[in-house]
This record gives sequence, structure tokens and C-alpha cells, in this order.
Amino acid sequence: MNHSNLQAPLSVSGLTVAYQKKPVLRNVSFEVPEGKLIGIVGPNGAGKSTMIKAILGLLPRVSGEVEIYGKRYQDMRKSVGYVPQRESVDWDFPTNALDVVMMGRYGHLGWFKRPGTKERDMAMDCLAKVGMKEFAHRQISQLSGGQQQRVFLARALAQHADLYFMDEPFVGVDAMTERAIITLLNELKAQGKTVLVVHHDLATVREYFDWVMLLNVELVAYGPTEDVFTKSLLHQTYGGRLAVFDQEDGAVLVESR
Amino acid sequence: MMEFWIIGTGALVAIACGILGCFLVLRRMSLIGDAISHSVLPGIVIAFMISGSRDSLGMLLGASVLGLITVFLIQLFQQSGVQSDASIGVVFTALFAVGVVLISLNARQVDLDLDCVLFGEIAYVHWNTISVLGIDFIPKSVWILGITVLFILVIIGLFYKQFKICAFDPAMALACGIPVALFHYVLMGLVSMTTVASFESVGAILVVGMLIVPASTAYLLTERLSVMILYSVLIGIACSVFGYMIAAWLDASIAGMMVTVAGAIFAIALVFSPRHGLLMRLRRRRKWAEVAG
Repeated sequence: MNHSNLQAPLSVSGLTVAYQKKPVLRNVSFEVPEGKLIGIVGPNGAGKSTMIKAILGLLPRVSGEVEIYGKRYQDMRKSVGYVPQRESVDWDFPTNALDVVMMGRYGHLGWFKRPGTKERDMAMDCLAKVGMKEFAHRQISQLSGGQQQRVFLARALAQHADLYFMDEPFVGVDAMTERAIITLLNELKAQGKTVLVVHHDLATVREYFDWVMLLNVELVAYGPTEDVFTKSLLHQTYGGRLAVFDQEDGAVLVESR
Repeated sequence: MMEFWIIGTGALVAIACGILGCFLVLRRMSLIGDAISHSVLPGIVIAFMISGSRDSLGMLLGASVLGLITVFLIQLFQQSGVQSDASIGVVFTALFAVGVVLISLNARQVDLDLDCVLFGEIAYVHWNTISVLGIDFIPKSVWILGITVLFILVIIGLFYKQFKICAFDPAMALACGIPVALFHYVLMGLVSMTTVASFESVGAILVVGMLIVPASTAYLLTERLSVMILYSVLIGIACSVFGYMIAAWLDASIAGMMVTVAGAIFAIALVFSPRHGLLMRLRRRRKWAEVAG
């Protein structure tokens, strides 16, 4: 928790990622300020998930440097929490919610230590924070989509990280889960933690995020929401695929496909 | 005594395969297990040609390396754009064919026949004993399988949490700093070793049955990984006991009957499983129909 304030939680410079020679992310550079909720927004295929995966070393990068609190990611893994897309795992896996949350502690346990009572209690606390305590022993396939997403969030909380990456946590969840997630994000922020969220719903960006990154293969714009989340910059990001309807208080945005 | 050693050999195969099979089934890699079991054949033949016998542990490890090469080649082909099922098919059939050719070329010098490699000769295990530390009544295959099982228990026991998270969420595991690729190859190495250790008793083809069928059955019966592994092992052992008894009664192939029993148990589980079972699904549908009506 006590990282020097001089170092940004995340600094990325010149990040380029390609799938079979075709760049899906070109020369992206940015620095993330501490204690902010940052929304990553852009059309389908803009490289939002790819960027997170490349930062975390899950995808090979063509070029670029990534620093977490001024150090290499390899040395800072314990400070980083990751919430993958919900569909990325098999929810029929024979395990229960508590067990999945305990997996958040595996990185801290090292090579040989087994999860024990301490990890169990921690996992229970994290489940309670997302309102899922009573589902701790429920088999994961018997949870609703929103409940599964909350289990994933609880697992990320169990990582006790300072910098979080969340890949589309709001997709396909019920209203109650959406509220639970946003409460949790604000709680993390109050603790001085930094959260980057890949987000699809343009209608809620202004309400949820302090900072916004507009991404479409290249970084279009990045900064505080009020400066960046503007009609003209959004048009630039989405090209012709965006319909903007003006209302009394600002714009309602609809992404058309 | 003969019965004891045959059933014992079958049970050891069942334990090794039952544990590893669970991870293969959960990672949707049943076909990779199939591929490995076939492509270790040239490894077995080459090791046999060099050492002139089937006794050495060196052969076990040497042939296992070929299993790893198989996995490596399959991944290489997939990354260069070949369809994943096609790359599995290409690699294992090509390597298996090399093995068949090698056996036919050396048929005169080498005492290794294709039927034995493919289907095993579990009925004769008790004839082939070796003396280790002055104990001379334990069959060779029991020694080799015993060491393999011990090795698997130690490795999976030590790194259970890593194997579990790599099976459930490899991306998250990698982000946590767990060397996912290393554990992938360790698992594949163990599968190769098991296949080589089992080929003499149950054969290269039926070992796939022991890897996949009990684990798939266990998957239907529980919702906890540790319990699934336990069930998988117990079902495998039951298959070897009942398989032998029925085979002895009918005077049929023992290894064949073991896997036939495994298939029958799977079918029963598929019908009566509490969660995935056909019967349960039917009952649930009726209930909904009543509620709706």
C-alpha cells in the first residue's frame, strides 16, 4: 500500500500489439494517476481487452514498456488484480464460489503453501463485500450471470491489490449487480486504489468514471471525463458508427452497429 | 496370486489414469491424451531397440519425451494457423505410423509385437518378475506402474493449487505469476509417462479409455474437484476388478473388458447423475410443465 507517491500506479509507453502482422494496438502511451476510476471506451475490435492482456503479459507485445509503480510488472504482480471477462472461464468447473475467491490468494501463497483457514476467512470477507456470503458453498454453475461476476470481483478483492484491471465487468449483469459493482469501485477508490475498467455502455460513463480513455487501435484521447468525453472526440473514436441524440442535459449516446 | 497381480496392475493403471484424466477432461484436452498415447509408440520402439529390453526406467522417461514433443508440435502447428483438431490428427497419426514402421522393420530382432503394443497383455504380467532389493516375486509392470503412481501423487499433491487454477482460469493464473506453460508440460509429461508405463498391460489404445472414461463419469457425479479425482480413481479400480472377473468368466480380453465396464458405468452415471443426469432432466422438465400448465 505504501508506494512512493512519485511513481504512477501504471505507466505505459509505445505499446504495440499485433495478431499475425496486423496491429491491433498501435503505439499507445499513457500514465495513470493514483486513486482514480478510469473507463476504457472504444468500438468493438478497438483493442481494449488486448491492451489489458498485453499490459499483464498475457499476450506478447511487439514493442512498448510497462511500469507498475515504477517497477517491472514481474516484480509487482502482488500489487495487481485482474478480473477477466466472465465468459473466459468454464463455469461448469467442479468448484464452489468460496473456492474461486480463494484462488485470489494463490499468487501470495508462493509455490508450496496450501490455502488454509486464513485464506478461507479472507475469501469469506470478500464474498460478504459483494453481497454473496450466503452463496459461498453454491456450485458456480448454479449462480446467475450477475452472481458469477460478483464472485470474480470478490476474487480480485482477495488479491489485496493496489491497481485493478477489469475487463467488461458490467456486461450481462442485473441492475443489482451493477449497483454492487459501482459501490465497490467507489470503495476501492476511497482506499486510494486505482481501477481501470473496460466499459461498453456509453450512457453511464459520465456517472461512473473520473477519467476516460478513448481507444480505437490508437489512443484517441485520455484525461478527466469532463474534458475527454465529448461529442467530437467520441465521433473521432467511433467514426460513423455512433448516433448522438441531444437532450436537455447533455448528450445521450447510442452505439450503432 | 496371478489374479492378484493382474487386478493390481489394472488398479495401478486406474489410479494413475484416474488422477490425470480429471485434469485432461476439465481442460477439454481428452484428445491430447489420445494423441500422446499413440505418438509415444516410436519412442517405445526406439528405446526398446537401444536397450534391447523393456525393463529400464530410462525407457520410461525416454519414451515420455516423445509425448512432450507431440504436445509441442501440436501447439506449434496451431500457432502457425492449422486447425486445432487437424494439427492433433496430423501429429499423432504421423508419429504412430513411424512407430508401426519401426516395429515392422525390426520384427525379427526385436521381441515386440504390434498386438501387444496396441492392446496390452495384462494376462501375462505375473510371468515377468524382476528382482529389486532382493524382492523377486513382484512383476516388473507393477514396479514401473507403482513408481509412476507415486511420482504422480507427489507432483499433483505438491502443486494441487497450481494445477487447479491452471485448469479453471489460466489467464488469471498467468497474471498471478504462476508458470502456466510449465505446469501444462508437467501434466503432459505425466500423461506420457503413464501411457508408456501402462502400454504393456492395457495397451496404447485402451489406456485412453482409462484416462478419459472414469474421469468423465466422476465429472457427472460431483461438484468438487478433489471428490471428482477420488471418484475417478475409485471407478477406475472398480473397472479393473469387475473387468477382470467378467473377462475371466467369459474368457475374453481383460483390458478390453475393463474399459467396457468403464463405458457401462459411464452410461449408468449419465442416466442417473443427480445434476447432469438424463433422468433428472426429464423429471425437472415435467415439473416445469406442471407449473406452466
